[in-house]
Amino acid sequence: MAIIESDLLGQPSRWRLQAIPVVSTMIGSGVTLLPFISTAPVLPPFGLLIALGWRLLRPELWAAWVALPLGLADDLITGTAPGTAMTLWTITFLGIDLVDARPMWRDHWLDWWIASAAILFCAFGQAAIGYFVAGGGALWTMIPPTILAILCFPPIARLCALLDRWRLAK
Amino acid sequence: MAPPRHRDRGFSRRIQYGLFFGYVAAAMGVVAGIALILIARFDPTAFEGIKGLALDATTPVTKLTRPIVRGGGSLADDIGGYFGAVSENKRLHAELADAQRGLIQARILAFENARLKRTLKLVGDQNRPIVAARVVGSDLTGTRRYVILAAGSADGVAPGQPVRAADGVVGRTTEVGAHAARVVLLSDGSSAIPLRVVRTGEAALGEGRGDGAMEIHSTVVGGPGFRRGDLLATSGVGGVYPPDLPVAVVTGTSGEIATARPLAVPAKLDFAIVLPQAPVPPPVAPPQGHRR
Repeated sequence: MAIIESDLLGQPSRWRLQAIPVVSTMIGSGVTLLPFISTAPVLPPFGLLIALGWRLLRPELWAAWVALPLGLADDLITGTAPGTAMTLWTITFLGIDLVDARPMWRDHWLDWWIASAAILFCAFGQAAIGYFVAGGGALWTMIPPTILAILCFPPIARLCALLDRWRLAK
Repeated sequence: MAPPRHRDRGFSRRIQYGLFFGYVAAAMGVVAGIALILIARFDPTAFEGIKGLALDATTPVTKLTRPIVRGGGSLADDIGGYFGAVSENKRLHAELADAQRGLIQARILAFENARLKRTLKLVGDQNRPIVAARVVGSDLTGTRRYVILAAGSADGVAPGQPVRAADGVVGRTTEVGAHAARVVLLSDGSSAIPLRVVRTGEAALGEGRGDGAMEIHSTVVGGPGFRRGDLLATSGVGGVYPPDLPVAVVTGTSGEIATARPLAVPAKLDFAIVLPQAPVPPPVAPPQGHRR
């Protein structure tokens, strides 16, 4: 609550409030641009993780449609078929909206469960769409990065919280 | 902690309409996304322009961070190299002497080969490479396997051209920007390449498995089959890939199917050479006759 109060007292610029979540998500998508070369997927989808971190930390921050441009940017940066992350992320965000509507107690553990379900859905959705668009590809290669992504979510949520403090700082 | 009540309607019309518009936009976006996926499925070349632009926009990041990452990676190798340097030196000397003998033999054979081709007036060997370029990155997350090459349509690269490295075939180009191109690796699930077993001359087909290896199918029933360590080269059948480029080595067999490892290891690629697409033979005419 302390953060919200300081937010009301000294307003950071609108641009800063909106841009930091969006830019951090796109930087997360851009991690795949690092010049390592591999023959199997090795990194978790950082773009998705950071987007989920912001969505679960600040539910009021983004409207339901924000996942569309973020997903399209992710598709173009990572080179998957355009529309893949766009569709999957938007469905995920709508699903989280549904979960938010249920009256239940929310804590960090439940956020982690929700994020895990979202990561699994996006990973296997991406594999299925990849298979539909271009065919082929071993499914088991998706398993290690997906497990890694689920384990990476708590630190990423921490990172989003840190960025959020910086975003709202006077 | 109590659940967030951020999607409560409240009494403000403005907030209600805003929420409603958000959901309508999201639903329409999902439909549009599915449409994009369907277009990508049924017209694979549809998004070449925008994907090429995105590639041109993102490749500088990869190029700039490359020296840092490469430096760190090779440092570990350099330190490791000090251990066992003496025994490795001895082994390398023995290997070098062996290779020298092989090289002399190969030169004699190459000369003889050229002479025989001249006698036969065999043509079709004019395969001048289009461009040699640096390999700058690859996809680290998705299920597709490709690398990014720092050369694009400005250097004469076009979609569908075969790419080779010093060790063997790498794959072929798909999306081409002005200064960058994406190369689908042989190990990608969507790539297939006509091959020949060097030991027996048997025709085979190599398909990517998506996990860094290839699956080799024999196209001959009851042929001599594969053996571990067999070298596979392109056969040149069906165009696209020119003949007699080294491709892969067989690592395991089960019946008529073998597993192979591409000779050009993508993680160790520095440079790759884009070759012109070998001419594709015209399609066979459809069968004549009545349809019942």
